[in-house]
Amino acid sequence: MANDLAKVVQKKTGIGSPLLDIEDLKVYYNTVNGVSKAVDGVNLSLKRGEILGIAGESGCGKSTLTTALLRLTQPPGYIAGGSILFHTAEEQAPLDLLELGGEALRAVRWRHLSYLPQGSMNALNPVLRIKEQFLDVMLEHSKIGKREALKMIPTLLAQVNLEPYVINMYPHELSGGMKQRVVLAMAIALNSDLVVADEPTTALDVHVQRIIIQMLADLRDSLGMTVILVTHDMAVHAQLADRVAVMYAGGIVEVGDVHQIFKTPKHPYTRGLINSIPRIGGERIRLDGIGGNTPSPRNWPSGCRFHPRCQHVMPVCKQEVPPLLQVVHRHSLDGEHQPLVACHLYSQPGLGGNHDDE
Amino acid sequence: MMTSENNLAMQDVTQIFRGAAMRSIGGELRAVDNLSLNLNANPPQIVSLVGQSGSGKSTLARIILGLPRPTEGSVTYCGKNIYALSGKEYETYRRDVQPVFQDPYGIFNPFYRVDRVFWTAIKKFKLTSSSRQGLARIEESLHAVDLRPEDVLNRYPHQLSGGQRQRVMLARIHLLQPKFIIADEPVSMLDAAVRVLFLNLLIDFTQKYGMTTLFITHDLSTAYYVGGEIRVISRGKIVESGSVEKVLIHPSHPYTQMLLASVPVPDPDARWQEKARIASEEEVILVEKPEIEAIG
Repeated sequence: MANDLAKVVQKKTGIGSPLLDIEDLKVYYNTVNGVSKAVDGVNLSLKRGEILGIAGESGCGKSTLTTALLRLTQPPGYIAGGSILFHTAEEQAPLDLLELGGEALRAVRWRHLSYLPQGSMNALNPVLRIKEQFLDVMLEHSKIGKREALKMIPTLLAQVNLEPYVINMYPHELSGGMKQRVVLAMAIALNSDLVVADEPTTALDVHVQRIIIQMLADLRDSLGMTVILVTHDMAVHAQLADRVAVMYAGGIVEVGDVHQIFKTPKHPYTRGLINSIPRIGGERIRLDGIGGNTPSPRNWPSGCRFHPRCQHVMPVCKQEVPPLLQVVHRHSLDGEHQPLVACHLYSQPGLGGNHDDE
Repeated sequence: MMTSENNLAMQDVTQIFRGAAMRSIGGELRAVDNLSLNLNANPPQIVSLVGQSGSGKSTLARIILGLPRPTEGSVTYCGKNIYALSGKEYETYRRDVQPVFQDPYGIFNPFYRVDRVFWTAIKKFKLTSSSRQGLARIEESLHAVDLRPEDVLNRYPHQLSGGQRQRVMLARIHLLQPKFIIADEPVSMLDAAVRVLFLNLLIDFTQKYGMTTLFITHDLSTAYYVGGEIRVISRGKIVESGSVEKVLIHPSHPYTQMLLASVPVPDPDARWQEKARIASEEEVILVEKPEIEAIG
């Protein structure tokens, strides 16, 4: 890990400097039955050159968060509050993505912020050749000329291990994994500061998934890419992420280094997630999963939103919302790597939550 | 061992798809290639069928359910060819072999309430004589899959989560008490925490109600979790078979080894070191395209 990061430093300047600060972001949907608070007060920061994983069950607000981040929120969704500060390489003052409009927003997209969508099979236009789709992006969002762009495309495709002839093909002539790689090549085409990958491997076969995961890891190492990786598959986070943020019911319940999340998860929800992964080999133990259902965003439970499904529920959990606080991690003294956890087991010393995970 | 009483078997089944879509690969595709498979309900067991996309898993599931008639070979239920059953026998086969499909969003008609899934089954197979009894049976089945009837009944499919919908399909199976469940990737669209609950139910059904399950998956870790027997399928042929312990811990076929190496381990200290070959993916392309054409 440390070696990986050291390598990255040489590739791109400003590694480790802040890139993105999401503060108290709220994204709501107006529905017939009331306001649905899909993302409700998310705080998250991201440094250059890191891969931040966002984990959580479906319906916890992962995709709403990423669409808001890309400013793609569509009505009935709207941004109800908060800010997203984006530190670009060129400008001194950070941009507030939520304040941008029209042309300014267009200028940020793809130059600074690119997107690797879920099910990229549907992200490509079926009636255009791959070449034309690349040109679309490159001519629109940068000053690169057409001739130069055409020269660049084979190099980009080579970075994702695709042959140059692919540029003249139509999407239906490619397999799912190849299409995903084409979209990945498009996402890195303009060397944007941040790539948001929303479930990049979910629809793929295991072997193809492995190839895409390795490719993302390689690109991070060679280009110093910063990635937000959204997936519900914890094993993918274990393979790829540097830090993992666990979302539940529209909020972040735990953020920490990937090793900490997998070795000593703090929040009961994180523990539930980790303990639901079947493993090959060893004794076959019956896993418990997490009982109950994800609550409805129109009517979140009071207090800690996880309390109806939590095994460690205490009276305080039903009344007070636990703040996201730093938990002192026994195995490291480095303040940078302390996990943040929103759970009353840790926010109230003396209740004895700290030792039951040891 | 081969009791013809309680078994569902495929003998030398070949399924060939032809058509314009297969032109690039020589005009035809052998999705299932001279394959035999025997599911024995005595004792009840779970047989996992694993392979990549395009390996013929779903085609096999559809053939065993009697949906397409295979190009060659036969499917037998209790020793009788399913295409030569009498009307009454066919009804028994239809009732005793039940599917669970992959997509919890695609299986429901969005215009009807969820209840209809149960009532059509009750009416078709005349399970109860009155609607009061019927409702009691439905509620019992919902409880068996840890769903509260008040959360599910009288609702429309879009009001339920993916995990709930998939469990509704299991409740339907509980209602019908079939001898065989053909589960085609039932958990691939579910979240990890819900996935385990679904698999636990599937394991319980095998033990409690004696249902034999053909569990089709591309995820080797779920196959290991449910245990029992495993068949590894590649390009329409079974390349390795045995108990999950034997096949997944000591795989002998290179294809099984490749699949195993591709399973991401949920441990950040055990990341992949060496590069995977991309070539084996390119081979799959040939198979992948026609599969889209074949369904429909």
